[in-house]
Amino acid sequence: MIDSKVLAKKKKKKGIYRETAKDKIFNVFNITFFALFTFLCVFPFYYIFINTISDNELVQRGLITFIPRGLHLNNYIVLKNLSDFGKSIWVTVSRAIIGTALMVVVSAFAGYLATRQKMWGRSFWYRFIVITMYFNAGLIPWYLTMLNLGLTENYLGYILPGIVQPFNIILAKTYIESIPKEIEESAIIEGAGTLKIFTKIIWPLSIPILATIAVFGAVGHWNSFQDSLVLMAGRPELYTLQHRLYVYLTKTSDLRTVMEGNIISRYSINERIVKYTISMVSIIPIMLVYPFMQRYFVKGIMLGAVKG
Amino acid sequence: MKIQEKYSLFLYFLPIIFFTFVFSYLPLWGWRYSFYYYRPGEDLTEFVGFKWFKFFVQNSAYQKELLLVLRNTLIMSGLGIATSWLPILFAIFLNEIKQVRFKKVVQTFTTIPNFISWVLVYAVAFAMFNKDGFINELIRIFGGHSDTNYLMSSKGTWLKMLLWGIWKGIGWSAIIYIAGISSIDQQLYESAMIDGAGRFQRMWYITVPGLLPTYSVLLLLSIAGILSNGMEQYLVFSNPLNQDKIQVLDLYVYNLVFGRDAGYGNVPISTVVSMSKSIISVILLFIANSLSKVFRDGESII
Repeated sequence: MIDSKVLAKKKKKKGIYRETAKDKIFNVFNITFFALFTFLCVFPFYYIFINTISDNELVQRGLITFIPRGLHLNNYIVLKNLSDFGKSIWVTVSRAIIGTALMVVVSAFAGYLATRQKMWGRSFWYRFIVITMYFNAGLIPWYLTMLNLGLTENYLGYILPGIVQPFNIILAKTYIESIPKEIEESAIIEGAGTLKIFTKIIWPLSIPILATIAVFGAVGHWNSFQDSLVLMAGRPELYTLQHRLYVYLTKTSDLRTVMEGNIISRYSINERIVKYTISMVSIIPIMLVYPFMQRYFVKGIMLGAVKG
Repeated sequence: MKIQEKYSLFLYFLPIIFFTFVFSYLPLWGWRYSFYYYRPGEDLTEFVGFKWFKFFVQNSAYQKELLLVLRNTLIMSGLGIATSWLPILFAIFLNEIKQVRFKKVVQTFTTIPNFISWVLVYAVAFAMFNKDGFINELIRIFGGHSDTNYLMSSKGTWLKMLLWGIWKGIGWSAIIYIAGISSIDQQLYESAMIDGAGRFQRMWYITVPGLLPTYSVLLLLSIAGILSNGMEQYLVFSNPLNQDKIQVLDLYVYNLVFGRDAGYGNVPISTVVSMSKSIISVILLFIANSLSKVFRDGESII
């Protein structure tokens, strides 16, 4: 007891009084470095944002660098006319909601069943699922399978393949195992069936881990791009937001056609500003929910690290 | 009639097994495309054995392409592995900052890039480096004259890709090590201080060894995944000028079937590539796993 107090005092002394010149120099460099890097992570988003809300004339002349001028929201209002863009937002939002909800329920239920010792072939079937984390057939065989299943150019192609996520099942199972067995046993004695135990006991008690899984799932759906690119080539109205953004950013001719067919030109908007604005619209939701989700992110990576 | 509990539980599990089978195991059956003559839209009828394998290895155009693609893949993965210790450095130095609020702000903002897609990273790159982007505006402010489009250039492609990867991932990767640091026994630091260890000595002799087990697992996994860099990053940044430097294996497989030069016969060939890649990756994973068992007292990574 006394020892640790003395130690704490010593530590304090080192921290406050015994800081050498070398330490001070290091501190200055250290803080400067992190301040700079943080700036590098934030500034681009700020830059895009001020360009979208500033006077378009000034933006075109390259005069908006650090401070927004001539504030207006026309660029955002104008985006309403890009109907392709609106459809993509709808596709992405809906798949994020539906896909995440199904994935969370399935992860929780599968995780729960995997803890039930009595299940026939439990460890075999659990491994059967988990092992798929470590191999895949490759893009083209996967695509051809989806083609044969009729899931290309089909909205379900976004939802169904993502429902069973082995990693999330592991997370759910690990968490459910930590719930005291007695709660479940007493429910069994009172005659509750598997489904009832799951909905009334396991589900409510697992909310923290399920929230984590949901957050990762939703971000995954929001950012999804490759499946849209591969599966929906012939159905532009089913493009996800990121896919649509990719088309606008890299195939300028597409964007120009859309702009010419719309009243966009009235506001003297150029391609670059439209690109900035649609980028911003895709970033804003992540920025808005990010502060609330952050603790789940951190929790998720820590849990992941256990199994990593 | 009441079914036994062990079977009723299994029945609940069955749909999950079914989904896994359909979306993870059934595609393996798609490997048969590499043994057939196949045109998109037609049925598989003509079995050709290892023809495509031979064709792929013997055809000098494909050979050259494959070598180029393998070079890019290994260089990109190699650079990633060579810099994989940076998050540790990031975590250790961040941990040295005593101002809690500043530390929190840094951690919050440096993890944001991890949660945006590669398309949005490209959007950021576009805003910064296009002809009228931030960098050029800045140069003009200081009286220079510049309208270089940095994105449309073949110069330093590998370095640029590495830097974007670091920008996107370092803050996030560091979290795992920050958590690791907080679980190191504080008494170790205290006794080291009594022994007169300075700040850097403590970092080097206590923190670094404390983080090595985590690092070694992640390192082994990244070595096992050396052929898979994913395609999104390289697709969004690719253009005719940097194509030769940026096309990695995953992107190559995609381009063969969906890209500009997609053509007949490419489906079997890209399946050959996909398949070989998957098999090599699984073998690498098993090697990494047994290495892990040897070096980490029987602890496996899978």
